[in-house]
Amino acid sequence: MSGTFIGMPSFPEAARDAVRDTTLRGNLRHATHTIRAKRAGAVAELDDWAQLREAGKQIKDRTLRHLDTHLEQVERAVTAAGGTVHWAADADEANRIVTDLVKATGETEVVKVKSMATQEIGLNAALEEAGIRAYETDLAELIVQLGDDLPSHILVPAIHRNRGEIRDIFRDNMADWGRPAPDGLTDRPADLAEAARLHLREKFLRAKVGISGANFMVAETGTLVVVESEGNGRMCLTLPETLISVVGIEKVVPTWRDLEVFLQLLPRSSTAERMNPYTTMWTGTTDGDGPRAFHLVLLDNGRTDTLADEVGRQALRCIRCSACLNVCPVYERAGGHAYGSAYPGPIGAILTPQLRGTATELDASLPYASSLCGACYEVCPVAIDIPEVLVHLREKVADQGGRGHRLERAAMRAATWLLDHPAALTAGERLASRTRKLHPRRLPGPGVREWTNSRDLPELPAEPFRDWWKKNHE
Amino acid sequence: MRVALFATCVNDALYPSTAIATVKVLERLGVEVDFPAAQTCCGQPQFNTGYRRATEPLVHRMARAFEGYDHVVTPSGSCVAMVRDNYPRIGARAAAEGRGQGLADAAASLVPRVRELTEFLVDVLGVTDVGAYFPHTVTYHPSCHGLRMLGLGDRPRRLLQAVKGLQLIELPGAEECCGFGGTFAVKNADVSAAMGDDKIRNALSTDADVLCGADNSCLMHIGGMLRRRDAPQRALHLAEILASTEEEPLR
Repeated sequence: MSGTFIGMPSFPEAARDAVRDTTLRGNLRHATHTIRAKRAGAVAELDDWAQLREAGKQIKDRTLRHLDTHLEQVERAVTAAGGTVHWAADADEANRIVTDLVKATGETEVVKVKSMATQEIGLNAALEEAGIRAYETDLAELIVQLGDDLPSHILVPAIHRNRGEIRDIFRDNMADWGRPAPDGLTDRPADLAEAARLHLREKFLRAKVGISGANFMVAETGTLVVVESEGNGRMCLTLPETLISVVGIEKVVPTWRDLEVFLQLLPRSSTAERMNPYTTMWTGTTDGDGPRAFHLVLLDNGRTDTLADEVGRQALRCIRCSACLNVCPVYERAGGHAYGSAYPGPIGAILTPQLRGTATELDASLPYASSLCGACYEVCPVAIDIPEVLVHLREKVADQGGRGHRLERAAMRAATWLLDHPAALTAGERLASRTRKLHPRRLPGPGVREWTNSRDLPELPAEPFRDWWKKNHE
Repeated sequence: MRVALFATCVNDALYPSTAIATVKVLERLGVEVDFPAAQTCCGQPQFNTGYRRATEPLVHRMARAFEGYDHVVTPSGSCVAMVRDNYPRIGARAAAEGRGQGLADAAASLVPRVRELTEFLVDVLGVTDVGAYFPHTVTYHPSCHGLRMLGLGDRPRRLLQAVKGLQLIELPGAEECCGFGGTFAVKNADVSAAMGDDKIRNALSTDADVLCGADNSCLMHIGGMLRRRDAPQRALHLAEILASTEEEPLR
């Protein structure tokens, strides 16, 4: 991947372009509505879904409370099973560790399993700088990589592309990365999948180093778990000689019994399947079976800071299912790129400002990228109250002041004063009502202009309700 | 039975007809209605925009204004959700910040007594037929806070279905947000308008005369978009439909 999220404009600005892109809007509407309905069906099949959801939430909360203990258990177990554990405080350190590990093998190319953690730290770009080519092997990640594009969805990174666009990307760019697309490639899904399969097969067979993330780490045995649909993960996790896994520290679950809960919650929430097609689990290394060297890079990169926030920490429960993206009306219109990070949609709007902070205009705009409709909370399989965290983060952004917020704070305080003085409020209401004939349809000025660009202002009544009440009831 | 009407700031200043309709419906059903004049606003705009501390005086004001009433009834789901979901949070945060139990106590005293209009009619009074008459086609948009935070379920629809002469038409994509979202409507005006576009396209596809809702803040947005297009449909609060009778029909 050569694209970058760095230096992107604020959410409203980026979203403005996306909203006007009718192809993008169409692609997203079709895709999200399809998967939304499927998920609802898959979840409705289980009569104990509410209990599963509560269990998932509680297991994550309990684990996060004693995260240090569980992580040390992971380290001991992985080491005992022949793996090596590395601790990375931030993205730079993680990238350096992985780059050095690849260099030590003498290889200049790696195959990758789709991984959010490596997207988050920009690993591919770091490897490229060190002269190492990383091949994405997940179909959608491949589309993104070949298109010199950025992912726009957690589960289906190329959701913003339709099959005609994918055909063109394959036809034009596959040859630059390896085996070219077959002549006369059509946009039939089966043909596109076959082209990807042929292109990727030679990479699986050649690669000596694989890089992955993990969906879960089971502390009691030091076992890593990757769930996937295409089988590319299985290839990358078993064929190479060296396997490097970059995993966020919140991915740990204490026991296999805990894992059982998530293996039910995740597939139904993400792909709307009862069970995902491939579940790969490995514990350190095994002689004569799979990679001979295994490195686990445990990634903090803002997670410890997030954990310190009593309201915001619930974001660390996230199992990256992307159900919240698929139901989000804002995501559907703005697309994933507007969120400016590997984590788009509602979860990104609460995760990114916590992992990266709110120093940039983009990151400070993310908590406002929601109408607080609550659809995300409703479908979240680990009950993250995303609207609650969004409002909490808005408070943090407002507190730090900066562009627009000083004026806004003054306006909010003035409003509260007025609302705390009913006599003054009534006088204001009466004045507005009496001058109503003079109010134009469109108005300038911050706030009002944005309103009247697309909507009429309400017609003011002849008198406020409190005056009617006084006349009729007192 | 005596109840306090919480008109809400939006209805007081912009949609008095909704508050008047609420009074009429309740009085028709034999309920004695008071309007405590000390009430103003629940503080939702401040709170949801990130100004929690600016909300606190309004929490106190709300609790004081409605002291002594068994039921506080309001024709706005999102204001009830603000009180029910966020007042306890505001109280707990203030206590955690070492500023005493005052806000938490104020919240605890008010929260259990506040009812959204359809909750009050269906759950407390036990009625769905309120004796209304409205000979028009109507489609209903369930606003997000009523739908998801309060779980109003089919209460509004049951009330509408019992209205004489009214033909209820299902709204496609009913559960999708209209795009209002308070200050979201101006902070993310383009996305908000795109969501509103889809909402009114669905609403107009029903050919209904009226797009009904139970939250005037959402209807201010949707209705504003309908009027901007001179669309042959008007946004109307549920209370105004319920207030309409054969003797005194809504014009």
